[in-house]
Parts: sequence; structure tokens; C-alpha cells
Amino acid sequence: MRMRLFHRSLIAILAAILAFGTTANAQPVEVEFWHGFTGTLGELLEGYVAEFNESQTAYQVNPSYKGSYPDTMVAAIAAFRAGNAPHLVQMFEVGTATMMNAGGAIKPVYELFEETGVDVDMDIYIPAIAGYYSDADGRMLSMPFNSSTPIMWVNLDALRAAGLDPATTPLETWADVRTAAKAVVDAGAAPCGVSFAWPSWTQFENFSAWHDVPLATLENGMGGLGTELTINSPLHVAHLQMLIDMQAEGSFTYGGRTSAADPLFSSGECSMLVASSGLLARILRESTFEWSARYMPYHAEAEGAPQNSIIGGASLWVMQAPNRTVEEYRAVAEFFAFISSLEMAERWHLDTGYLPIRFGVYEKLEAEGYYVENPGRAVPYQQLTLNPPTENSRGLRLGNMPEIRDIIYEEIELAFQGQKTAQQALDSAVERGNVVLRNFQRTYE
Amino acid sequence: MRRRTIFRNKLLPYLLLTPQLAITIIFFFYPAAQALYQSMLFEDPFGLRTQFVWFENFQTVLSSPLYLEAARVTLVFSVAVTLGAMAPALLLAVMADQVLRGATGYRTLIVWPYAIAPAVAAVLMLFIFHPTIGQIGQGLRALGVPWDYRIHGGQALFLVIFVSAWKQVSYNFLFFLAGLQSIPKTIVEAAAIDGASPTRRFWRVIFPLLSPTTFFLLVVNIIYAFFDTFGVIHAQTQGGPGRATTTLMYRLYRDGWVNLDLGGSSAQSVLLMAAVIGLTVIQFRYIERRVHY
Repeated sequence: MRMRLFHRSLIAILAAILAFGTTANAQPVEVEFWHGFTGTLGELLEGYVAEFNESQTAYQVNPSYKGSYPDTMVAAIAAFRAGNAPHLVQMFEVGTATMMNAGGAIKPVYELFEETGVDVDMDIYIPAIAGYYSDADGRMLSMPFNSSTPIMWVNLDALRAAGLDPATTPLETWADVRTAAKAVVDAGAAPCGVSFAWPSWTQFENFSAWHDVPLATLENGMGGLGTELTINSPLHVAHLQMLIDMQAEGSFTYGGRTSAADPLFSSGECSMLVASSGLLARILRESTFEWSARYMPYHAEAEGAPQNSIIGGASLWVMQAPNRTVEEYRAVAEFFAFISSLEMAERWHLDTGYLPIRFGVYEKLEAEGYYVENPGRAVPYQQLTLNPPTENSRGLRLGNMPEIRDIIYEEIELAFQGQKTAQQALDSAVERGNVVLRNFQRTYE
Repeated sequence: MRRRTIFRNKLLPYLLLTPQLAITIIFFFYPAAQALYQSMLFEDPFGLRTQFVWFENFQTVLSSPLYLEAARVTLVFSVAVTLGAMAPALLLAVMADQVLRGATGYRTLIVWPYAIAPAVAAVLMLFIFHPTIGQIGQGLRALGVPWDYRIHGGQALFLVIFVSAWKQVSYNFLFFLAGLQSIPKTIVEAAAIDGASPTRRFWRVIFPLLSPTTFFLLVVNIIYAFFDTFGVIHAQTQGGPGRATTTLMYRLYRDGWVNLDLGGSSAQSVLLMAAVIGLTVIQFRYIERRVHY
């Protein structure tokens, strides 16, 4: 009996080997794709990849999760140094400058399409997104994929509990928000009036674009490596000072670095939160109150505000490695052609709440009445495309941006602790940030 | 004439040492040498452009006031974690040593936290001390304490010290308990017959006899505070608020892994390596003299 089982499995194994051997000639070209999505987003992404793999037989994309965005970036860099970089890597927006300057390590997507002859129209992307990932000549360097933008989430029940009518209470300017937040806290409707997640992204990078003031010289770094930070301008200082004052009166609560403040809104802790539009899925799942999505608040005294917001999220970069064949690049290009289709872009937007990144999606859904039924979903796109981007609101391209973000976190935290004034903190952030930028410049010149 | 055992085979001892030597060379000397080499390079993350700059990275690191600030934080942190992990462990060990009934139960419970990974312990404590969702955090705020470690540097530092020390108490407890149990009962009883009070017996007899264990734990705990507390800091404060919990180790991680400054972070790791070697040498030369074996 046992012997028979043994024989059977032996035969099965031999059969498997034979089967493998016969198909080996028609093996699909494999592409390694490293990404930073877990949970629902990871499943969705890998589902799309599976669809691509099933749609044809010539190519096979193998997605693998490599940790958070910074971890994925470090993993890709280490792999490149070891000579086996993945074909495709998902990179967060602040890694853009580092990747762009990585000459021999990456293959710009416009070059990819030229070399492989795969025809993908790069003019389909909306300017606020295309501008972020293009070089000075307007040629696309990486493939836009998941983009979000910060908006303000408002807890309508908390406003009502504070005696404010959401329909008539203005929440456009910071002065409006401050008044409402004070009322909410004073009435005990919520312990925290207003807060924000991703402090550097929402309160400096997007704040600057939204008010049409520069974050850094040379068009926020798009014009060259000699760029210097300008976040100690009177408007930036006034904004930080206002936050410090609001903290003292109790209407503003600092929520911590990166996404640490995200739960504060859906838990009902903060009545208003400036955070990523990508928070939508979580709010839908967790919140037990009526909410609405608004534009980010602005300072009425700033002339250029409101301009347009800028994106965050990630794009897909093609990496080079020794022994990489044209066929492999073609596989990547075909995969890009697949995910950039109108249908896929629309599904991605609907499934995840990320922005509709190409023309046609928003218009189509609007015509179908989708945004009337799902109010929160149109606001990010409308805010992003509110005005044609200026040189202050096209995006930013600063080297070692993750380090600059950390510096900004540190300095504003020192200001919130009362160890530094708003001016001192931002002067110091500029000074330290410029050292980082000079080091980056020195590396590449 | 003395009788000596002579191994005629000259090769055998080397052969027997080979596995250990291979491990040491591959996993310790080679990376250390590479760190030393990398610490003198100035390059982009991808290694496409490399300049050899001799000691410039060290100069940059050492002249940075932020590095000195991190060194100060590390000093406070390490001393506090070492004390905070050893003192309660000794107290618990002395108590547990005297327990007669249910001793195994106590011991198991006290050793338990050691099985928790640093990052998990950190997240656990985060849920307890979080100012809005944590039980103790909420309690403190209800009592009027402005508890919010996300803003107050001192509180953040206290929190990471507390969690790091708490995790290590179990480990120290085990060693202290074993140390206590290896002290002959007769000596302690003799002291008791001579009329020494329990306190006096502890400090004059037990504590000195425990000194080899204490010394060993001192070295281990300092190294723990330097190198193994990364997970706690990373999960709880990420070095903030401001730079209140940025230790040398955390700074090194950030410069290397987030900021991708490989030369600068290698220089920091070389400095850290030198510091720990120096510290261990000092401990063995000066403190060990007072240890009774």
C-alpha cells in the first residue's frame, strides 16, 4: 500500500517535470515588480497584475511587497547595487528627485516606449500629474500610478453639536476654520478642533502650492540642483505662528509625523483634519458620523490663494540592470499599456479613491452622475485642477526630500513645544534643509 | 618534571577553530571593514558616482551639533535604561528567591515579557500610554497631567526608556535569580547568626557575592541600550518629538536608510563601534577589579 503510494507520487513528479520541460520553450518573459502596498491596496494591485498575466501569454509580471515606500526604495537601491534590480519599482513622490538623477540606474519611460515601440500616449495625463514626473523638456520619466492630494475632512455632527450649521458656516479660510474649531472645542463637541496628517506634505508642500508661493527657489527645484528652501517666508511663518496660537487656545492639536494623525478623524477625535484624499476608504469604513470633504483652508490675505494643490502618492519606475533584455523591457512597456488604459484608470479610481489621473475618467464619471451620489470623491480632483499650475504649484523636485521632511517635522515640533519661535524654527529648517540640498547637488555635479 | 599533554598535530587546533573564525570573519570583520571603507566615500545612493574623501564624513558628523545632541540623548537613555532594567530585576529576584510556594508561577510570569519582540512591546505600550486612546494616557489627562508624548520631549524620552527597561527586566531577573541561588546558604546563615540584619546581610554578603552576575549584566544591558532598543524607538516616537528620542543608533539608521547618506552613516557606525569597544574595555579594566569571583 505504502509502496504504491510512493510509486504514484514518483510518477506524478516525473509527469510534472516532463510537463515543465515541454512548456519551457514557451516560457513567458518574467518581470519583477516591487511595490509598497499592503492590505486592501496590495490585494487590488496584485489583482490587476493577475489580470494582465491572464490577458496574454507572452509576459508574466511578478508583484512582490517590499515594505513601506521608504523600505521599497531602499530595497530597490540595494538590489541595484548588488546587480539585480527589479524591472519595475513603485516609488513615492519624494523619491522622485533621487530617481531622476540616478542616470544609469533607471530607464525613463519615454525612452522605454521609444526603444520597445510600444505605443502609449503620454499626453493623456492631467497636467498636475504629468508635470510632477516629467523632465524639463516635458518628457515623462516615470509612469504615473497612484496619486492623491490633501483635502480637509469635516465632521458635520461635531459642528452641529457645537451649534454651527454646516450649510452656512464658512470653512474656506484658516480664520473660518479657527473660529469653528474653537467653537467645537469650547462646546465640548470634540476634544480636538483641527489637526493635520503628513505635516510637511500638507502644511508646507501643498500649503505653498495652494497659496502660490515658492517652497524652494528655481521653480521648487524643477529648474536645477542649486535650489534653496524658502519656507521661512512671512506667509509660512505667519501660518506656523497661527498654529502655535491655536494650540495655546486649544483649537489645534498636533497629530504627529507622517500618517500618525490619520485615525484622529474617523475616531471622532478631531472635528476637522487636513489629510490625504486617500483616507476616504478608511473614513467610509470606520466613521459613525456624517462628514464632508472640503478644499484645504487658505489664508485670505495671501493674494494667490487658492491656486491648486499638488499630488502625493507614487509612480512606477523602470530600473536597469546588467543582462536585461529588450524583451524584458517590452514586457514592462506592455504592462504599462495595460494599466494606463481608460478602463483600468477608472477602476483604480473607483476601487481605491486615488485620483483619476488621466483625462476622460473624471468627465465620464461626472456625466454618469457618480459624483453627485458620492460627494467626497470629486473634491480632490477639483482642487487639484482648480487653476492651471504655476511654477509654484507644478510640484517639487528636491533632492533627499525624505530628509528635508524629517527636518521640517523636527523644527515645527520644537516650535510646538515652545522651545523655538515660529521664525527661529523655520529659519533653522531652511538652513538645515539647504545643507541637505547642497550635499545632493555635490553628489550629482 | 611536569607532565604535559602535547598535541603533535599542528593543524588540528586551527581546523577546530575554523568554523568560529569563519563566522567571525564573514559576519563581523568583513562588514566592519566595509563600513570603514564606506565611511571615507562620498557617493549617491545608487553608487554611480563615488568620491574618496578620506575623513571628511567623520569631520562632518563630529562637527554637527545635532550629533552631539544625539550623543547626550544616548547617554541619558543608556544610563536610565540600564538602571531601570537592573534595579527592579534585582528586587524581584531577591523577592522571588524567598518565595516558597508557587515560586515557578511567579518566575514564569516575570520572565514572560522577555518573549515579546521589542516592536510589539512598543506598540503594546503605545496603546496603553497614548494620550487619547490609551488607558493610562487618558487617566493621566483626566488627573490634569498634560500627558502627550507626541509633543513633550521629556515624556517621549521617559516612555521609550520605560518600555526598553521593562522589556529587559525579565532577562536580568533570570540571571540575578540564578546568581542568588548559587550563593551558599551557609554563608548567609553564618552572617545571620553573627547578628547581621537582613539589609546588612544583603549589602555586605549577598550583593558582593552577586557581583560577577551584576557586572555581566551591566555590560549586556549597556550594549542592549545602545543597539537593541531601535525597535522601541522606531515604533513609538521615530526619534521625535523634535530630536528628543534620537539616539546615536536611531540617527545612524535615519541617515543611512531614510536619508540614504551612506558615507555619513558609515562614519557614524564606525564611531559607535569605537565607543562600544572603548566602553567595554573600560568596564573590564576598572569595574571588573572590584568584582569578586
